Amino acid sequence: MKLKGRVWKFRDNISTDDIAPGRYFHLRSNLPELAKHALEGENAVFASRVKAGDFIAAGENFGLGSSREHAPAILKLLGVRAILAPSFARIFFRNAINLGIPLLITETASIDEGDELEVNLTTGEIKNLTRDSVLKTQKIPPFMLEILKAGGLISYLAKNKDFKIPG
Amino acid sequence: MAKTLVEKILSQKTGQDVSAGDLIITLADIAFAQDGTGPLTIKQLESLGFHKLANPEKTFFFLDHAAPSPRAELARDHITIREFARKTGAKVSEVGMGISHQIMVESFVNPGDVVLGADSHTVTSGGLGAFATGMGSTDIAVAMALGKTWLRVPETFRVTVTGKFPAGIFAKDLILHLIGKIGADGANYMVLEFGGRTVDGMSASERFTIASMSVEAGGKAGLFPADNITRVYLEERGRGEKFKSLKADPGAIYQRQIKITVDGLEPTVSQPHSVDNIALAKDLSKVKVDQIFLGSCTNGRLEDFAVAAKILTQNKCHPDVRLLVAPASRDVYMDVLKAGFLNTFIEAGATILPPGCGACVGVHQGVLADNEVCLSTSNRNFKGRMGNPKGFIYLGSPATAAATSLTGRITDPREFL
Ligand code: SF4
Repeated sequence: MKLKGRVWKFRDNISTDDIAPGRYFHLRSNLPELAKHALEGENAVFASRVKAGDFIAAGENFGLGSSREHAPAILKLLGVRAILAPSFARIFFRNAINLGIPLLITETASIDEGDELEVNLTTGEIKNLTRDSVLKTQKIPPFMLEILKAGGLISYLAKNKDFKIPG
Repeated sequence: MAKTLVEKILSQKTGQDVSAGDLIITLADIAFAQDGTGPLTIKQLESLGFHKLANPEKTFFFLDHAAPSPRAELARDHITIREFARKTGAKVSEVGMGISHQIMVESFVNPGDVVLGADSHTVTSGGLGAFATGMGSTDIAVAMALGKTWLRVPETFRVTVTGKFPAGIFAKDLILHLIGKIGADGANYMVLEFGGRTVDGMSASERFTIASMSVEAGGKAGLFPADNITRVYLEERGRGEKFKSLKADPGAIYQRQIKITVDGLEPTVSQPHSVDNIALAKDLSKVKVDQIFLGSCTNGRLEDFAVAAKILTQNKCHPDVRLLVAPASRDVYMDVLKAGFLNTFIEAGATILPPGCGACVGVHQGVLADNEVCLSTSNRNFKGRMGNPKGFIYLGSPATAAATSLTGRITDPREFL
């Protein structure tokens, strides 16, 4: 599947406290309201201007810290279609896949804010249409890919009723 | 084949011979969430269509992050949790009982257990030789419903610690020093396994401090051997019969190894806004501090308060600082009370908060104003962590926190020994 969209660029070490700030703890059961504050300390206009189909391209260790799944959940709610980074923190990685958000492990240094990308989810190839360049991605584990393809862990289990380890 | 500690625990649990890199399904001995992650866990359980928990008596919800509730929305979340527990038989740890991780080690976790919590500091229980790891709400919902989860058996980063802690230097200084060395992603996806002479002599409380912060280096777990110290701890907590000895095999394969000697360590502090941004306390004496937080799952236990009380006895906090003290659990609270430390703290000018997360997560009980500086014994100093992205958080040991309370500037606690 091919996706096209615009990039929002973020730094290394974006924590889940940056994505879903603790001061809005009381909005966790109200994701649409919490989403209005997504990443607001990093980019004040992100939450109001991000469009369905946009991508996030970030630096190393994206999503470190707290296990709050509200962080990937509000990015999904805002329409972020995939997240690109050279590395992801472990819990965030699982959480995003569990919610059906594609994560692409790739160098992002050559990507700038506003670049237009074409992402092929099947092959993992990323074309930077603005810069006319191609980026490679590292494969994610096959079992996680299965979960992602099902649209997340809940729909995976609805189909499979139980875990089945491939192979 | 020689096994790391995590390979051994997961092999015993699954009844298979597993090693790093294997994808496995494992039973979970305990699954839990807290008041920040619990409502979403419940929502996901409901969308799974499961109306029964696999092990209700091993399913817990802790009201610790926003407790007592500072807002109506959060009081409502607490009700959601209580109602769900009433329906399903899950256990609720009420407001004022304390932090999930402390109650886990005090009352529930045994060596060799697999513990899954919807909170990143679930790794604290690794101090008892259990495989304990944090996950998100969906994974925990599935663990609660099915009683199991999938895991990739992680590679191990072995940390061998030798030497004797000099006066004024503690487990917290060691773990901050280690994270400064290997970085906030230095153990990403790996288990940090601690061993060596110094570890053999460490108290359970010190092990919890270190294990809790293994996630700050990206660790999937922070594991300690289950040894005589573990046995004595379990006996004191009335479950000595649950003890079993566990340690890594000689010749186990490690992805990375590091040797640290604590002999030359100095009081260490992590500076805003990243845990691996390390400095020595003595080099930060120009930093003025407004608030000091003594508590959290990392340093909210009796031993931590004993160290702080020794420095604060017969002393008064600097007039420009607020010292906030939060025992990690109700049991710790009782112990601190009996030991007379509460008197010491109150006489020094401290405010005692109820058992729980207190100021750690920026929901209540010590939110910072713009440009305010806090020295905290907790485990994270990310921007905005204490409720305000314009606040500045430094992390240090309880001794450093106590010394800093007296001077109003970040202070090397050896000045007060
Ligand atoms: S004390 Fe802080 S780090 Fe520990 S569980 Fe509570 S909020 Fe999390």
